[in-house]
Amino acid sequence: MIVSMTLELKDIPGQLVLALAPISELHGNIMSVVHQHEEKTPRGTIPVQVTFEIDQGVLDELIEKLEKSGVGVARVGEERLRSSVSVVLIGHIIHSDIGDTIDRIDKTGFAEVVDLSLSMPAIEKTSSAYLVINAEGENELKNALEILREVAIKKDLLMIEPIRLNSEAA
Amino acid sequence: MKTVRLSLIGFGAVGQGVAQAILQKKEILKGQGIDLCVVGISDSKGSEINARGIDLKSALLRKKQKGTVAKSNDSAFDIIRNVEHEIVVEATPTNIKNGEPGLSNMSAAFNSGRHVVTSNKGPLALCFSQLKEAAEDNGVFFRYEATVGGAVPIFNLIHESLAGNRVIGIEGILNGTTNYILTRMEQERLPYELVLKEAQELGIAETDPTYDVEGIDSACKLVILANSVFGQAATYRDVEVTGITKITPEALELASKNNYVVKLICEAGNGTLTVAPRLVPKKHPLAVGGTLNVASILTDLAGRITISGKGAGSIETASSILSDILYIARNS
Repeated sequence: MIVSMTLELKDIPGQLVLALAPISELHGNIMSVVHQHEEKTPRGTIPVQVTFEIDQGVLDELIEKLEKSGVGVARVGEERLRSSVSVVLIGHIIHSDIGDTIDRIDKTGFAEVVDLSLSMPAIEKTSSAYLVINAEGENELKNALEILREVAIKKDLLMIEPIRLNSEAA
Repeated sequence: MKTVRLSLIGFGAVGQGVAQAILQKKEILKGQGIDLCVVGISDSKGSEINARGIDLKSALLRKKQKGTVAKSNDSAFDIIRNVEHEIVVEATPTNIKNGEPGLSNMSAAFNSGRHVVTSNKGPLALCFSQLKEAAEDNGVFFRYEATVGGAVPIFNLIHESLAGNRVIGIEGILNGTTNYILTRMEQERLPYELVLKEAQELGIAETDPTYDVEGIDSACKLVILANSVFGQAATYRDVEVTGITKITPEALELASKNNYVVKLICEAGNGTLTVAPRLVPKKHPLAVGGTLNVASILTDLAGRITISGKGAGSIETASSILSDILYIARNS
């Protein structure tokens, strides 16, 4: 499973290593570490966001290890939907059933519409929407986009996707 | 001193720009050992021919005053076939339906054993591989830097500077008119129709804007790029094209709030050719505004290289043509 944790470190040298070592010891694969040294908590500790892949069975052991070594565990969450894409839709978005459009993504089980902003200047005029779709991985995201493309063609919506070369690893 | 004789076929904005650039650079080029000598100019009404070299200053003045350079009824073909010279500069207007008159002009030039330098997209978007073969069969150069990206030296960059690299894909903005319209719509929150009118008044968009706003001009350039870089035999019909006419200021605003701009992006890679509005992160090198053109080339060795500059304009386009002329002058 992929886990995202917010840890709180004491503001003394050597704390980051102390926090990351137990993850490696339990064969976790660290994917990202965001260390915000200038943003202290009211408690005077330094928050660190760590995302890593780890076996679910050792999660409790990990939290115990961290707390024993003096690292505070402020938040633990599962990161299910790791990939994200933004798209813009233009057309008769409401009258072509926005609920259905979103459903088509949500009911895949591997992707969800997690953000939606709408702009409707006037009745009879085309409206515009900004959507964020999250998915379990890059392939699932591609599938979700393919579904949305088909829906957009059927509903006569213009779909604006992000540039592609930039997002694909070279 | 190496004397290189040229003909200018087509004497509109681009042809006149070339004449001006040659005038302006004549002495400097002589210092480098190259004497450019224009022996024939033709426009839609007639021609001027002078084997010892045309006085470009008076040709430009006559064009300005009378609307034509014509001193005789000789046609473009007469010049291409019968006047002794090395390079034909083909700068007649783009025709996407059948490529004429550019296509016949270029074929005639190759068959007469003359090099061709062109800014004319039509023939290349329709018959790229035939033209390239004709040039090879006749052992002459065929250079077309000015057809894509105006002043931006994209073909030189890929074929010369990035030689040895494999190009994985290309993304870019190859049409200044649509870039201007989208930039203004976003900045001023104005609807498409109004900004189009403004662009027409400024001479950035044409009276019939279809070629630009429906993405046809972009698609033609993408075809030329793909054929030249990937050795494809694509034509305009192979491009999946979406224009910008449906884009609303509200969509641009929503994108902007989320740190994106919308640009009409040409995309070549994985064997597909697409022109469509795309979301570009505001800090991405492709997010250039105004009438600028830009291309991002993804290669296996050099990684990503991005090049940007003026995509249109008489003297800017002439810059690319002059560079092609000099390439031939130095390598022939």
